Amino acid sequence: MRASAVSPETPPAPTGPPLLGLRALTKRFTDPAGRERTVVADFELEVAPGEFCVLIGPSGCGKSTVLSMVAGLEQPSAGEVLVDKVPLAGTDPRTGFVFQQDAVFPWKTVLANVAAGPRFRGVGRREAARQAGDWITRVGLEGFEQHYPHQLSGGMRKRVALAQTFVNRPGLLLMDEPFSALDAQTRQIMAGELLALWESLGASVLFVTHDLEEAIALADRVVVLTARPAAVKREFVIDLPRPRAPREIRFLPRFAQLHEEIWTALSDEVHTAYAQATAAG
Amino acid sequence: MSAVTGQRLRTATGRAWVPAVQLGLLLVLLGAWQLAVSTRSISVFFFGSPAGTWRELYGWIRHGTVQGSLWQQAWVTLQETLIGFGVGVACGVLAGLALGRITWLARVFTLYVGTLNAVPRIVLGSVFVIWFGLGMASKVALAIVLVFFTVFFNSFQGARDVDANVIANARLLGAGRWSVFRHVVLPSTFSWIIASLRVAFGLAITGAVVGELIGATQGLGLLIAQSQANIDPDGVYAGLVVTTVLAVVAEGFITLLERRLLRWKPRRQTPAAAV
Repeated sequence: MRASAVSPETPPAPTGPPLLGLRALTKRFTDPAGRERTVVADFELEVAPGEFCVLIGPSGCGKSTVLSMVAGLEQPSAGEVLVDKVPLAGTDPRTGFVFQQDAVFPWKTVLANVAAGPRFRGVGRREAARQAGDWITRVGLEGFEQHYPHQLSGGMRKRVALAQTFVNRPGLLLMDEPFSALDAQTRQIMAGELLALWESLGASVLFVTHDLEEAIALADRVVVLTARPAAVKREFVIDLPRPRAPREIRFLPRFAQLHEEIWTALSDEVHTAYAQATAAG
Repeated sequence: MSAVTGQRLRTATGRAWVPAVQLGLLLVLLGAWQLAVSTRSISVFFFGSPAGTWRELYGWIRHGTVQGSLWQQAWVTLQETLIGFGVGVACGVLAGLALGRITWLARVFTLYVGTLNAVPRIVLGSVFVIWFGLGMASKVALAIVLVFFTVFFNSFQGARDVDANVIANARLLGAGRWSVFRHVVLPSTFSWIIASLRVAFGLAITGAVVGELIGATQGLGLLIAQSQANIDPDGVYAGLVVTTVLAVVAEGFITLLERRLLRWKPRRQTPAAAV
């Protein structure tokens, strides 16, 4: 039903959303004291084509590092990332990434920000502006095309970031706590809009958060990570109906039940992470 | 919307007294000086007077200077300043970007740049007069050297300060190395460079005038040096006034440039912005 919202001029990518595989993914680095630290250890995960997979774990457990490696921004120390069974080398044009902090270009207008991806990919100026205008409308920012990011609210800047990423029609969408800097109300609204956009786009999603309610509201599957080094602890299939409205779904009894189950698995890791952090401090 | 406009209007009218006070303060200072000279509290021979300075300036404008017309002298100094400024800024920006973005270059050259920066560069003016003679070249060289380091350090800092997240975002959106440089590194560094231009222009004028003081056949610095040799303080002041006018006009142009290039930055509401 939502798929009809895709404009006919921008046909979906010829190949559908990819299958993502993480095989024994490991990341070590040397800390300033010269000790070797393992941030991610033997991380195994598979994300099915078109699946919305959420990684949840305590703060500082290495979730973001996993995502950086999948994006090709960081090299794994061992193991590999497979996109449609092909090992990843550097960044992949099918990948879209939404950052935790503001990463839009502050010196470009909203229109130029959203048009940047197509321009980088060799689309002509006029066509890029048309595609950008289309996505600006879809994230509800029409009338703000000529504004600069500093003139917008945090939520609006996040919409710019979403449009900027979606205009490239990514098959694989990576999101690193994208809404964590927003206030609670805005976060819920953005989660709803993200779901609507994703349902029309049909990408495979790997979404990192430490907010359990957000995780359940969005995901097909929630993967609970251990405290550092990050590894998969348990997985939970979220069998809530779609399309979902994140604000209302919280009141379903099944939501509360899942929340309880996952929190039991998560809370041990949160306590461990807290102990690690206080010991390190 | 109308509330915002209202607020702006109110602050605008609320600040109308500032220029009046500024002008008043200047008149009081000049008046006090003139009075002190007229009552012989201070010696007009050594300290000159505002009226004397004005007479000198008026004479230069009406009848020209010993060197030729005042405009001729100002134009020489302005040319030296502009060429020195342009070349110094270009070299400073290029060197700053190169060392800021290419790690091994920075490793090799940081020591040299730091050491050269510690040299009291104004002394180089004496060397340049020997190398390049009494003409414009020696003054341009001094202006370049003064401008270069100021712009270089800002450009270097700016090039290193580029937000890693924004670069990562550009790469994932599909930008190659050149696009990252042009769409992220350059605009991000620009705000640092532009901040240094104001200071750099002042230094370019300083370079040109000091170069002329050391040895020249034309220019405002030469006028000042000759007035000094004749123990004519009014002439020195008149030379300074012309130099200052040049600097203030140039600063106005730089402000316009800044507004145009940094439209994307939030305007800071500081009292300093009103000055």
